[in-house]
Amino acid sequence: MSSDSRFALLVLKTDIEPHMIKNFTSACKFFILVFVFAFVSSTSSAQEISTDPAAIKAGEGIFNANCKSCHKVKEKLVGPALAGVDERAPSIDWIKSFIKNPPGMIASGDAYANNLYKDYKPTMMTAFSSLKDEDIMNVLAYVKAKEAEVPKDDVIKDPVPGGENTEAGGSDLLNLVAIGVVIVLLLLVVTLALLISSLKRFLDQKNLNEEEKEVVHSPITLKSALSSPAFIFIVAFLVAALGFKTVINNLFAIGVQQGYAPKQPIAFSHKIHAGDLEIDCKYCHVGVTKGKSATIPSVNICMNCHNQIKEGAQTGASQIKQITDAYANNEPIKWVRIHNLPDLAYFNHAQHVVVGGVECQTCHGPIQEMEVVKQHSLLTMGWCIDCHRKTDIDTTRNAEYYDKMLKIHAEKKGSKAPFKVEDIGGLECSKCHY
Amino acid sequence: MEESNKKVYWKGLEQLTNSPEFVKHAHQEFAQPGPEEDLGHSRRDFLKMMGFGMSAVALAACEAPIRKAIPYVNKPVDVDPSVPNYYASTYINGGDYASVVVKVREGRPIKIDGNALSSATKGGVSAQVEASVLSLYDNDRLRGAKIDKKRVDWKDLDREVIAKLNAIAAQGGQIRIVSNTILSPSTKAVIEKFKAKFPTTQHIQYDQSSAYGILKANEESFGSAFIPTYDFSKAKTIVSVAADFIGSWIAPIEFTKGYALGREVNEEKTDMSRHYQFESILSITGANADYRTQIKPSEEGAVVAQLYNLIAAKAGRATVTGGVEKANLAKAADDLWATKGSSLVVAGSNDKAIQVLVNGINDMLGSYGTTIDPSLTVNYRQGDDQAMSAFVGELEAGKVEGVIFYNCNPVYDHPQGKKIGAALKNVTLSIATGYKEEETGDLVKYLAPDHHYLESWNDAEPKKNLFSLSQPTITPIFKTRSAQSSFLTWAGESETDYFEVVKANWSTWFGASAGVNLQTFWDKCLYDGVYEKPVEAKSVYFSGDVGAAANAISNNYKAAASGQKELVIYESGNIGNGSQANNPLLQELPDPITKAVWDHYVTVAPKEAEGIKFFESNTRKAKITVEGQEPVIVAILPQPGQAAGTIGLPLGYGRTKAGKVADGRGANAYPLIGLLNGSLSYGANVKFEIIEEEYQIAQTQTHNTAMGRAAVIQETILSKFKKDPSADSYQPKVTTWNGTEDKIDPETATLWKNHDYTNHHWGMSIDLNTCTGCAACVVACNVENNVALVGREEVINRREMHWLRIDRYYSSDAPVTDWKGLEEASDNPEVVFQPMLCQHCNNAPCETVCPVAATTHSTEGLNQMTYNRCIGTRYCANNCPYKVRRFNWFKYHDNKQFQDVNTAMNTDLGKMVLNPDVTVRSRGVMEKCSFCVQRIQAGKLTAKKEKRRVADGEVNVACAAACSTGAIVFGDLNDKDSKISKLLKVRPTFADRPTVNDKDADNPRAYQVIEEIGVRPNIWYLKKVRNKDAAKA
Repeated sequence: MSSDSRFALLVLKTDIEPHMIKNFTSACKFFILVFVFAFVSSTSSAQEISTDPAAIKAGEGIFNANCKSCHKVKEKLVGPALAGVDERAPSIDWIKSFIKNPPGMIASGDAYANNLYKDYKPTMMTAFSSLKDEDIMNVLAYVKAKEAEVPKDDVIKDPVPGGENTEAGGSDLLNLVAIGVVIVLLLLVVTLALLISSLKRFLDQKNLNEEEKEVVHSPITLKSALSSPAFIFIVAFLVAALGFKTVINNLFAIGVQQGYAPKQPIAFSHKIHAGDLEIDCKYCHVGVTKGKSATIPSVNICMNCHNQIKEGAQTGASQIKQITDAYANNEPIKWVRIHNLPDLAYFNHAQHVVVGGVECQTCHGPIQEMEVVKQHSLLTMGWCIDCHRKTDIDTTRNAEYYDKMLKIHAEKKGSKAPFKVEDIGGLECSKCHY
Repeated sequence: MEESNKKVYWKGLEQLTNSPEFVKHAHQEFAQPGPEEDLGHSRRDFLKMMGFGMSAVALAACEAPIRKAIPYVNKPVDVDPSVPNYYASTYINGGDYASVVVKVREGRPIKIDGNALSSATKGGVSAQVEASVLSLYDNDRLRGAKIDKKRVDWKDLDREVIAKLNAIAAQGGQIRIVSNTILSPSTKAVIEKFKAKFPTTQHIQYDQSSAYGILKANEESFGSAFIPTYDFSKAKTIVSVAADFIGSWIAPIEFTKGYALGREVNEEKTDMSRHYQFESILSITGANADYRTQIKPSEEGAVVAQLYNLIAAKAGRATVTGGVEKANLAKAADDLWATKGSSLVVAGSNDKAIQVLVNGINDMLGSYGTTIDPSLTVNYRQGDDQAMSAFVGELEAGKVEGVIFYNCNPVYDHPQGKKIGAALKNVTLSIATGYKEEETGDLVKYLAPDHHYLESWNDAEPKKNLFSLSQPTITPIFKTRSAQSSFLTWAGESETDYFEVVKANWSTWFGASAGVNLQTFWDKCLYDGVYEKPVEAKSVYFSGDVGAAANAISNNYKAAASGQKELVIYESGNIGNGSQANNPLLQELPDPITKAVWDHYVTVAPKEAEGIKFFESNTRKAKITVEGQEPVIVAILPQPGQAAGTIGLPLGYGRTKAGKVADGRGANAYPLIGLLNGSLSYGANVKFEIIEEEYQIAQTQTHNTAMGRAAVIQETILSKFKKDPSADSYQPKVTTWNGTEDKIDPETATLWKNHDYTNHHWGMSIDLNTCTGCAACVVACNVENNVALVGREEVINRREMHWLRIDRYYSSDAPVTDWKGLEEASDNPEVVFQPMLCQHCNNAPCETVCPVAATTHSTEGLNQMTYNRCIGTRYCANNCPYKVRRFNWFKYHDNKQFQDVNTAMNTDLGKMVLNPDVTVRSRGVMEKCSFCVQRIQAGKLTAKKEKRRVADGEVNVACAAACSTGAIVFGDLNDKDSKISKLLKVRPTFADRPTVNDKDADNPRAYQVIEEIGVRPNIWYLKKVRNKDAAKA
């Protein structure tokens, strides 16, 4: 176990460098691109779209708060993709006035606005009269910056040669060691065989009586070997031990549903919603910051988007219709529960997500890639305890709460000693069982 | 051995010759192999194969069932699964009132706490209030409207009722509405509307425990029939003649709160009230008194008259006739006179004459305007005994054609119940609106069930200008309808939604003058639960005829003839008046005094329980006969403190139609209540015969005294305490190896490594001085922690599951050296109540003996119990010095055997009350008080989410929250500014190691139970202080 982890550490260590290099190069590329873009835009655009990082940051905030639910930068969502909007639209001023009052623009007979509406009927963009001109400029700055980010995505998607090499190197090393051991063992067998034959030859030269000769030259037949007590004992022992281990292992697995991926009444894809559309987990699972239960979203949350979006990319209208029907008929959807903790264990989502700052994926795995959700983790007590032993507490999240404890901990175990969940009683029975 | 005597026998010649064949088979049981061994497969093989097969099938079947997760379609904004909501509401049961906060999880009320914003109950609750949440989920509730016991649509019922009402009204027939005290002004307004439509209607109120005598007496004394507010907190001397104001008299929650304020002592506040009690039964109030004198019920009037004369002599007023010398009476009069202006005399009697004399005494003592506030009148008891008697007469004479029983059950709980029941057959229209059928509903034609109070809108005016709102905390579970809506429907009103009526009333009554937007005003009232208006101070002038009253007393009361006993009919501390008798939480709640559960009994002075050993609660029954009544047969309970020649019989038993929990338990005592001066009289002279029939009463405590062990109970008297706060404190010492002379504190001799509490250190303090033994905490603990109820038989087997019990100890007259004598309680004992729960020992003896580490210690001072780890060896319970661990001998949930006693875990309806945060324990595991760890965890989580530390008072355990008197204080001992740290004056035992568990309490009253064994509990008790004079040597 310990050698394993050390080995893993080794691999990890060698893995770090290429990653850093990769990140560094991508960062460089990004900065160069941004720089070039900024240069170009600053010379070409009549009304300047800022490249100031502060403006981009401000724009990002405004975008996330107002635009994100309907627009993406390079993909069509509810509304059109925003990349290149400054060049596509009649003018920057037109963009400003359209955002502030889309119905007004359409009613005024503006040709571009009416064409746009024709494409997206019946959805009409909400009026954002509260946005100031500079807010809109900031959003445009953000959109521009985001457009420029595209190459960065490509860089990440590119296979990183360095990374793969290290992994190959790691397994090669293992192979080499294994081959070495096999060679050594083979050599040992050959040496022993040679030793036996030379011993026999030496004994033959002596004067042995018949009985002794029989012993020396007793033929080791398959039958005698198989029926020897030693062999029978070893085989019986191995079979018994393996059988026992299998039984124990299987007993431990009772009730463990890792990988459980039942068919749900609606073919809901987390890959589309959480992955492609990047909807925040907390948008639907509203309880996750409030209490024990993360809550499976109620239908009215689905309807926030699906009263507009009636067709999906994968299943067309068939699945989404079930949601709208459920809403119309006031009938709840009976999802199949995937994560089933036993009743004797108390688990609280808010404790982990809000207080501990644990990412959803830590326990639920790459949920944003799952078409059908499956249970990623073991959900056994050993799994819980393991994490409580390994996880450091970020005491800066609530300094008032942890300061005194941290001080005492440092006094007892040294200031460098890690401060884990275990150190605040994370392994105590009554933390989860009451 | 003597060889000569020994003969040798042989089985046969083979043995004699000792042949090889014989030797070979000699050790085998059978000469021939048995038939089974001849077969290829033996019986054992078959069993092995079957066993293997079955386990294989069992393993293959170990697949988890598919579980569904069903979210809302439209999630209400305020409801989040797993997050509780709290709603202010009002507990109303007849005239009993408490402003409460209801904890609701996923739309289900699961716990009731007091609402501190009400100036009447001030956050106090009683056992009945705490238990009422389970009454909501009573399986014997009515599911909808019924005509002649058949379920019908409300429309059909309304049609028939309206038709009959109109027919009666057309002929000028009489209609009566009968109810208990109605606190709700809106309900009264609704009844007025009904009366306007049907003018022959009269509304009659009655109370199970009537205070009609007080109303009449005040009418005579002051010109208006009212009950004033009694402020026990201001009283320095309290004299109560048979008034059980802590247990059942008028408004016990409010009185308990005030009483406890006056009983608090500490080093700064060294004065406390002095309480004299004159009574026949040992009531919970008498148990708390400093001086208790036993009197007979027939002497109540004479005692009051004597007290009147004693005070009158001091005040220079004319004396009255009558009076009787009793111990402590002259002393009480001296004290009352000495604290004139802050004295209070109350009497429990329902006799106008006695109450007039009491008014006279209070008038001489200047109590009106100080301890008695006549301007702040209370509405808790409005019952008119005379009107009710008149009603029964009319009913029997066939003069009443329509009668509506509004949420009351007079057939059971009125002395004339039987007559009412019999006469109902001849009434054209009989309706009952109770949420349960019960005895009255059983005899009426129409059942129009109201909601439970937790399902309904309502309001209450418990006191003048104190208004309280009731709001639904759950959608009505069944097809019930608020009774007020029924009245409005039958009266043909256009607005029948009672919510709209209440809201409109509040808007017109108070909203207009509130000075804010109506909706804002309403929202605020709803949020607070209460709305108060100032009351104009009013002074009263006593003009009662004390002479006439005294004459009436001497004429009316006759001592029991020889061979008779004087009976006191009273409300017990658990079942009360019996309206919630079908609630198993109350049935299994030990009566504070008798410690009996599930059983009805008659209390008798121990010396008069002739021929009864009363060992292990084994007793015999008695036949009690009131002239002209059917005899009542109940078990005898020898009760220390019971006055000689008297017996006590609790109300609330003998139900026949309450439901599976209560039916058939004991006998109904209501018919024994008599009439005196037109008001109900709760005493009678009866024939009392002990009969042969044997019976075992279920009691949770069968040992009566503390055997003089100062390590368990410590008490002192006020005069000593004033001189030295640590007077009579007992500090046990242990002897060291140096010899008997060398004694040290037990905590300094320890094998234990200390625990480190770097974060919190939870601890508790229990003040024996302010604990009245009311047992609200026990019910609160049961509800909060899903504690199983086990039923009568299992309590007899000593298997009750209560995590928190209240040990009640009587004093003994025997000297401390007489161990046998110490087991006997005094005839008139002093009483101490000691709540006993897991002491969360720092050096816990249970932890060391658990072979599977199922009980362990936390870094916050808790002694944790992990059910899923427990294998049920019960070593821990054996090793627990406080005997607070409870073992699940059976599976109490989903078990038919327990479905009628443990309703909360056996029916779908009952299970709705369970706290989802606490595991329901299964058979074979140990359980005990967890210091409400679920509340601790929730409190810490809230604080951490808000990025701060836990504030003091934010985390409170259920028992402390339910404690009306504040006797139980819970908090963080590591927090220097917490209430508990300041109260106990906690300091680390070792100054250099402040985080280590060892803490000492510098409060001179603080002590720990059986400290000498060195388990170092996290619970401290505060020594009891009695306000008595030092005994004359």
